[in-house]
Amino acid sequence: MKTKCKGIIPAIAVLMVAALPVWWAIWFMIAGALIPLDELKATIGPVLGIEESGGYAYWPVLPSYPTLRPAVELLLDTPQFFTMFWNTCKLVFPQVLGQFLVGAPAAWAFSRLRFRGRTAMFAIYTILMLMPFQVMMVPSYLVADTLGLMDSIWAVILPGVFSTFPVFIMAKGFDAVPFAVLEAASLDGAGPLQTFVRIGVPLGVPGILSALVLGFLEAWNAIEQPMTFLKTRSNWPLSLFLPQIVSDKVGLAMASSLVMLAPTVLIFLFGQKYLELGIQASGLKE
Amino acid sequence: MRNSTAYLFLAPSLVGLCIFVLFPFGDMVRRSFFNTIGSRFTGLENYTSVVTNTAFQQAVTNTARFISVCIPLLLLISLVLALLVRFIRPHGKVFKTSFLIPMAVPVASIVLLWQALFHKMGIINNILACMGGTPIDFMETDAAFWVLIITYLWKNSGYTMILLLAGLDGIPSQMYEAAGVDGAGTLQKYRFITLPELFPTLLLTAVLSLLNSFKVFREAYLVAGSYPHKSIYLLQHLFNNWFLDLDLGRLSAAAVLVAAALLGLMIVLWRMWKGEDAL
Repeated sequence: MKTKCKGIIPAIAVLMVAALPVWWAIWFMIAGALIPLDELKATIGPVLGIEESGGYAYWPVLPSYPTLRPAVELLLDTPQFFTMFWNTCKLVFPQVLGQFLVGAPAAWAFSRLRFRGRTAMFAIYTILMLMPFQVMMVPSYLVADTLGLMDSIWAVILPGVFSTFPVFIMAKGFDAVPFAVLEAASLDGAGPLQTFVRIGVPLGVPGILSALVLGFLEAWNAIEQPMTFLKTRSNWPLSLFLPQIVSDKVGLAMASSLVMLAPTVLIFLFGQKYLELGIQASGLKE
Repeated sequence: MRNSTAYLFLAPSLVGLCIFVLFPFGDMVRRSFFNTIGSRFTGLENYTSVVTNTAFQQAVTNTARFISVCIPLLLLISLVLALLVRFIRPHGKVFKTSFLIPMAVPVASIVLLWQALFHKMGIINNILACMGGTPIDFMETDAAFWVLIITYLWKNSGYTMILLLAGLDGIPSQMYEAAGVDGAGTLQKYRFITLPELFPTLLLTAVLSLLNSFKVFREAYLVAGSYPHKSIYLLQHLFNNWFLDLDLGRLSAAAVLVAAALLGLMIVLWRMWKGEDAL
């Protein structure tokens, strides 16, 4: 025990050094939203092509006089921001809900039911999960074109709903449900659907939530899909809009990137436990 | 009877998958043998055109280089972090959360950060200049590649660490105790218990890391646009640019080639997994 205590301080020191880039980044985002525009221009102006100081960019340890003006301006005077925010929600929530409704039963079948072709089908799901968006770009384009979905939000949502990644993660989560419980349920006369809804879903919560948290993060930050399938700018989500405002309105960009981070951090704080549990279920050997 | 229940559970997902992925994918494979408008069978013409294309060769080289550097590095760093976090338990919670946060940071914010840090006139060069070094133009030299690697490591090490922590927790402690009784030292325990026992988790983690490695394109694209420095011109850039030209024939052929390469990689990993199980 004594030797362990001796090693703990260096271990913490190493971890702190490793965590420094993360902490600095969080600080950068929070401070960025509180720093007034003229100070922003003087500090990171040089990297944004604003001729202000002519020197190198630097970052203050503390804003010289913190202000909520960019945030207020963003929330009160920028109606486009709300449109974009709403656009993002319209893309994200149906997608995540669909992933649950479609993916959870499929994952349950793969994990706890036995049927012909199970191994082969799961292999197909696993391989498809690995295909990057760029490989699926032509297929998605072809199907959106055939179904007349081009430039509609459904061209982004529907392929996301049928993504196989959530099925994979949820199936790993369901692997933790003991077969003995299922047998007991069926002896008590529960049908397959009842067993799934009453036993599978509650016990599979970590896997389901970790899949949904990952799905949310993915959809919330999606760039390629909306960029490829949404031509009308008024349908664009924040993730596409944000990089565009950087150069001319730094303060606004800083504030809105913090606002955009907020929901993900909230979901994360709530979901991290499940993410860990869900991953744990999936990380363990089958 | 059991079969039909399972198929009912599977049906919504499978039908959607067929409509949105499998059928169009098949259509793409067919198109890869036709000319751009799909009217004339051209055999392997698209494939030869893709394989001999210098931009394609460059993109394949860069992507392969990126993957073969970033995944081993990520696994190594995450494993070290996981072991450290385990070592200082129960105080590791704050670090777990810290390392996971970058996963939640929107790409646009990363881009802002990236510019502030790595721009020609950015903060890192400021520090370099203060220390008397020569500033590096990160985005216009080969350094861009390493900036992309660092971004990937920064973003993904938390998730990978959590996966490995789960794997480490799955190793029965009796194995360590038994080894300790037999006189094994700490390093020997890592070498002969931790690494082999962790192998299945490492494979799963490698697959998920590969999946995530394709997503660095977002940062690269938002910072440097469609034609970044040639060291970070990835397959994703190429696909995007060819898509804008609507060169469907060549694009399909390239996609089929990439899909085949990934399939091959998966089969290799699968064999390794099976081989491990047989031991």
